[in-house]
Amino acid sequence: MTAVREALGADLRTVRVRRRRRDAVVLSVLALAVGCLGALALMFGARFTPPADVLDVLLGRPVPGASFAVGELRLPRTIGAILAGAAFGLGGTIFQTVLRNVLASPDVIGINSGASAAAIIALGVFGASGPVVAGSAIAGALLTAALVWFLAYQGGLSGIRFALVGIAVGAALQAIIGFVLTRSNVTQAQQAVVWMTGSLSRSLWDQLQPLAPVLAVLLLVALIAGRDLPVLRLGDDVAASLGVRVRRLKLVLILCAVVLVATATAVTGPIAFVAFLSGPIAMRITRHGQAVPAVAALIGAVIVLGADLIGQQLLSTAMPVGVVTGVLGAPYLLWLLMTGRTRA
Amino acid sequence: MLVLAVGLSLAVGTRPVPLAEVVHALTRPDPSSIAEAAVRSRIPTTIAGLLVGAALGMGGALMQGMARNPLADPGLLGVNSGASLFVVLGMAFFGLSAPLQFVWLALAGAAIAMLLGYGAATASPSGATPITLALAGASVTAIASSIISGILIVNTTTLNSFRYWQLGSLTAASPAALVQLSGFLAVGAVIALVAMPWLNALALGDDAARSLGVRVGMTRALSTLATVLLCGTAAALVGPIAFVGLAVPHAVRVLAGTDYRWIVPLSALGGAAFLLVCDVVGRLLTRPSTLEVGIVTAVAGAPVFIALLRWRRTVGV
Repeated sequence: MTAVREALGADLRTVRVRRRRRDAVVLSVLALAVGCLGALALMFGARFTPPADVLDVLLGRPVPGASFAVGELRLPRTIGAILAGAAFGLGGTIFQTVLRNVLASPDVIGINSGASAAAIIALGVFGASGPVVAGSAIAGALLTAALVWFLAYQGGLSGIRFALVGIAVGAALQAIIGFVLTRSNVTQAQQAVVWMTGSLSRSLWDQLQPLAPVLAVLLLVALIAGRDLPVLRLGDDVAASLGVRVRRLKLVLILCAVVLVATATAVTGPIAFVAFLSGPIAMRITRHGQAVPAVAALIGAVIVLGADLIGQQLLSTAMPVGVVTGVLGAPYLLWLLMTGRTRA
Repeated sequence: MLVLAVGLSLAVGTRPVPLAEVVHALTRPDPSSIAEAAVRSRIPTTIAGLLVGAALGMGGALMQGMARNPLADPGLLGVNSGASLFVVLGMAFFGLSAPLQFVWLALAGAAIAMLLGYGAATASPSGATPITLALAGASVTAIASSIISGILIVNTTTLNSFRYWQLGSLTAASPAALVQLSGFLAVGAVIALVAMPWLNALALGDDAARSLGVRVGMTRALSTLATVLLCGTAAALVGPIAFVGLAVPHAVRVLAGTDYRWIVPLSALGGAAFLLVCDVVGRLLTRPSTLEVGIVTAVAGAPVFIALLRWRRTVGV
């Protein structure tokens, strides 16, 4: 009897060790991928800059012909891509896990529409620019999230009701966006379309400086709070019996996720599919729940960096990152679906 | 209620006409009266509202029944985005501008998008379940909207015409287009009426439905075909109109229970009434100009829908 128990214990331990090793490998490979893509993003632009020059610029030495392009254009763009990608990936995963519904990602439940509507009203009606637009996007996203939460909360939070209310609010906001688009002039309408598509062209130092530290701190907080996220997957009762304070944890996580997504949206605009897909991809790679939050954040960063490189370098006409993620992400999701690899 | 909505739709406008005169204009026309000319000019709009509203309501009911998903909405399966994509492609690459040309493009786009979404969901190992349908629809929508924004960003002319088309307006439907496309709506409605008794069995689950002798795949295929015809034509006639297909069947369910033999036809009536009322509201809100009906349905429909969600638990959430 004791022998059996010992054998079982040993098995469990090997499984745990194997999982932890797999997590470590996945995390380091992804971190490496972020590093490589980031380096590529710094080297390639309108012109190629050799790695040595990039390094010099990063170390603060003036390099003629590269200081501006690398230091003032590509560096903030790359940092913005990494932070925003991680924020979308992590925020989306938190939503999907806490509400236990894949459809409950911020792009589906109207939070992106809220940010877009506020930004577009600022752009199209008040002719605002820069920080005002970013600020109204954050405010719009937070207000929408609060509204959806308030309207969907009924003695508890059901994922499907949350999603339905979110879709309804999102539809109303989309109509408002459409209305503003027809009542503003074509130039403003075009700016608005670019904004709604999600692009990194606004990710410059003056935009990033106030928002990047917020994103970094929030990412850390969300990752720490997200350690218990896998336990929530087991259901509220099981999580509670494992010593997790479910209600408080959910509230903290959702708050973090909303602010993360709102801030990232203020930098880049809503980028299609990053929030929606990062979590499911992370689940597939890790095959279990433990490392999912961190992996999802890294996957988000990889997607945004990679998609922006494709959009800027590989296409004949430069396209904003949101177009690339949509065109590539959606067929990927279809493929996952048809090969039966989504466990929704 | 529907009759009242029709009356209002004919009477209310930039130039208001009393209901009595509306009746008079319809029964004993007098070509010299300005009021009657105004009423006559509103007839195509009203007919478009009736047909499109009925089509959207019915299509929504069918989708929700066949996908067993209260979230299912023709728009969620990509109908509107498919139609929009084809219209944008036509505007950008073939320089099309006539509404009659858009009609066929939109219809083709809607059909392709929906068949793609439905096909992908069916091809998945778990088959066309509520979740696979929703995910497939979301993917198709995302592909379409990404390509649309890619085109709009580089092409200002297209943006300029598309931003008006995408609002969804009943005045966009020309009488010629109405005549040409009403056949599609009729066929779609007939298929819907044939398929609706089977939806009741489907509501019990695929296995239960099969054991009752219902051909599940056949029912889903027929419902999809009907939805493509109904909602694709609707999008082609007046542009993408959100929300009618999602909200109306839910409202009908509160009144009529869960029997699809009631839900489908009542959704047609309810959709028509809802769309006409929204159109009238749009005319009243911003007189003397008009607010596009697509905006009104979404902005007015959302609170109603949320209230229904909170008020009744019968919608299954």
